[in-house]
Amino acid sequence: MFTAPLRATLVAAASLSVLAACGGGSTPAAGGDGGPIAVEAADDACKVARTSAGTGNVTFEITNKGSKVTEFYLYAEGDRILGEVENVGPGLTRRLIVEVTDAGKLQTACKPGMVGDGIRGDFTVTGEGRKSVDTDTKLADATKEYQRYVNSQADSLLVKTTEFVDAVKAGKVEDAKALFPVARLYWERIEPVAESFGDLDPKIDGREDVIEEGLEFTGYHRLEKDLWETGLQADSPAIADRLLTDVKEIVTKAKTVELTPLQLANGAKELLDEVATGKITGEEDRYSHTDLWDFRANVDGSQAAVAALRPVIQEKDAALLTVLDEKFKALDDLLEKQRKGDGFKLYTELTEPEVKDLAAAVDALGEPVSKVPEAVAK
Amino acid sequence: MSGGLPRRRLLGLAGAGVALAGAGAAVGAVAAAPRPPEVEGASSLTGAVPFHGEHQAGITTAAQDRMHFVAFDVKTTKREELVALLKEWTEAAVRMTAGQEAVDGGAVGGSAEAPPKDTGEALDLPPSALTITIGFGPSLFDGRFGLADRRPAALIDLPRFPGDDLDPNRSGGDLCVQACANDPQVAVHAIRNLARIGFGRVSVRWSQLGFGRTSSTTRAQATPRNMFGFKDGTRNVKAEESDVLRDHVWVSEEDGPDWLVGGTYLVARRIRMHIEIWDRTSLREQEEIVGRKKGTGAALGQVDEFDEMDLHVKGAGGLPVIGVDAHIRLASHEELGGARILRRGYNFTDGSDGLGHLDAGLFFVCFNRDSRTRFVPMQNALASRDKMMEYLEHTGSGHFAVPPGVREGGFWGDTLFR
Repeated sequence: MFTAPLRATLVAAASLSVLAACGGGSTPAAGGDGGPIAVEAADDACKVARTSAGTGNVTFEITNKGSKVTEFYLYAEGDRILGEVENVGPGLTRRLIVEVTDAGKLQTACKPGMVGDGIRGDFTVTGEGRKSVDTDTKLADATKEYQRYVNSQADSLLVKTTEFVDAVKAGKVEDAKALFPVARLYWERIEPVAESFGDLDPKIDGREDVIEEGLEFTGYHRLEKDLWETGLQADSPAIADRLLTDVKEIVTKAKTVELTPLQLANGAKELLDEVATGKITGEEDRYSHTDLWDFRANVDGSQAAVAALRPVIQEKDAALLTVLDEKFKALDDLLEKQRKGDGFKLYTELTEPEVKDLAAAVDALGEPVSKVPEAVAK
Repeated sequence: MSGGLPRRRLLGLAGAGVALAGAGAAVGAVAAAPRPPEVEGASSLTGAVPFHGEHQAGITTAAQDRMHFVAFDVKTTKREELVALLKEWTEAAVRMTAGQEAVDGGAVGGSAEAPPKDTGEALDLPPSALTITIGFGPSLFDGRFGLADRRPAALIDLPRFPGDDLDPNRSGGDLCVQACANDPQVAVHAIRNLARIGFGRVSVRWSQLGFGRTSSTTRAQATPRNMFGFKDGTRNVKAEESDVLRDHVWVSEEDGPDWLVGGTYLVARRIRMHIEIWDRTSLREQEEIVGRKKGTGAALGQVDEFDEMDLHVKGAGGLPVIGVDAHIRLASHEELGGARILRRGYNFTDGSDGLGHLDAGLFFVCFNRDSRTRFVPMQNALASRDKMMEYLEHTGSGHFAVPPGVREGGFWGDTLFR
């Protein structure tokens, strides 16, 4: 299902250093080597009280003594923004806390009138840097391996969605019904990746109850409703065409997305969150009740992400890996019991104790999976 | 037994004087119960909060620790029976908020052959800052009681918000009563006795217990934490901000209708939190979702809880430090054209959901001058863009017009039924 927050998580995770700027110690006011650094910003001057600091949190307090609204920036080499505060009105004082992770030659800038390159000054940071997780080769291998998984799933997603769409357009209801959960398998396996592309996700996978006011109900779940609930509608073929167009676009994008190891680790957790909030309650596929296919696919995707990170987890927290293997297997065993024919029992065919056992197994797995990001970041 | 015995026995605390005054004045008094000395804000956790006044108590009153909220369906079709009930309720509310039994001599002072008129579980307990606040739902104005033309335009049927999963059995109602106190038994006693008085005329549609306040409504109160473990309500409208209350909470003469001037609108939302999923989320992500540090409660980019948040601070790559989908940004009046609400929510845990998870969350209650221009735009922004929505589910909803305060000798809703 579409949930805006999941998508946002990926986007936000892409900017780890920003987040780190506010994720540091509990007393960020202390600058890298002492208290806040006063900045007096005038219309023609930018007076920075101290022009050096140690690595860590550096706090600037910018007072606009000029007559124009101003901005203050801290730049790394090549004008890469490390931090900025905008919209500082005349007479106002504002605070900017930047976590500077590496030593180096930086620049400060005031931009009276909020235009141009601003009034620059040099700013030196000394001290020890922080190791970046992205440079580790094992981690790099992990992201490459997961990328291959995403590619293969994306290819199959396109093939099966095309078949599904063709069946809908041909009015072959039974064929379409059979293809619906199959096409969604590939979608659900790479859901967090797909969801990182803003507006496409609600169009493809939006549930009727979460669609925003003013947006049309389209995508898989709209066709699900047509097939199972209301019968095919006059615009069903058009909806099917749009689904295919949107899926094509997302497949192209998914193949180019570059994931960080932390995103990968968080994605494994998010897939299980999806199971716990949507699939285990039967809310995802409320017309077809094919929730267990989605369930299976989310777990597959989570497992694939963990598998890609396996060498890293092995190295950093071998005990965690043992628990993960155990809990994945326990959930697999429970799920496989619900197989029926080529697929799974319908959600409505499950007994209450069966649902409860599955929920407990998801929780049991969710706990260790939530520890993967920390292990990766160690 | 003395019929006028106050509910609170002489426990020797600050309220002792209240109890004595009550005993003396209650003799022969019927409608007007003795008025206890005023308590100042949260300075007295056990004392009494005045019932009468320009506005109803329980809105800007320093938020008490416990809540019992109930929505009623009116069963009688006779206007005069409804009015009679409101009068009886008012009388009982005046007494109970003063720390007395619902009915004079109600618990043990009546006939041995009759069921006691007060249920008795609050005997010996102090007033505990009990406030009882009433509201009228949109359905009360459907014509049964000749009120169809008196429905305020702002008392809308709330729109469907993205992601709503409302249970009809936890939503709506002709009337609502919010009882807040620092002792849960006192709050429950109040609702229980009002429901009892109402039998035959009203029936309980749904009710909700709240075990811990999630907002502070005065500057003297510390900001409490919600079930996500975060300080909640740091930027809430406070009782001391009279200009903000005037502009954003109280219905004015120009707003109308006349009967509601000095009143407000109450929105209740039962928000289930997926706390198990939340608990597996990294601290960094939790803080990004909320937009605050979990420890201090400071807005991201700031140091102390009450440092003004700054939505214009950006970090590496020029990305906002308080994300575009962070909860505090979307809920801020800066992003909502200045719209503000007074929040008065409570944490709840109603057992479990049958899937091995706690049915826990936040019973959101807010008061605002016009929900169409305050609560609704805010909830639309949150429901469609708030990162936190992944962890939330709105399972109950209610919208009520809260009449102004009752003057001495008056009754709840007297301006409406006049």
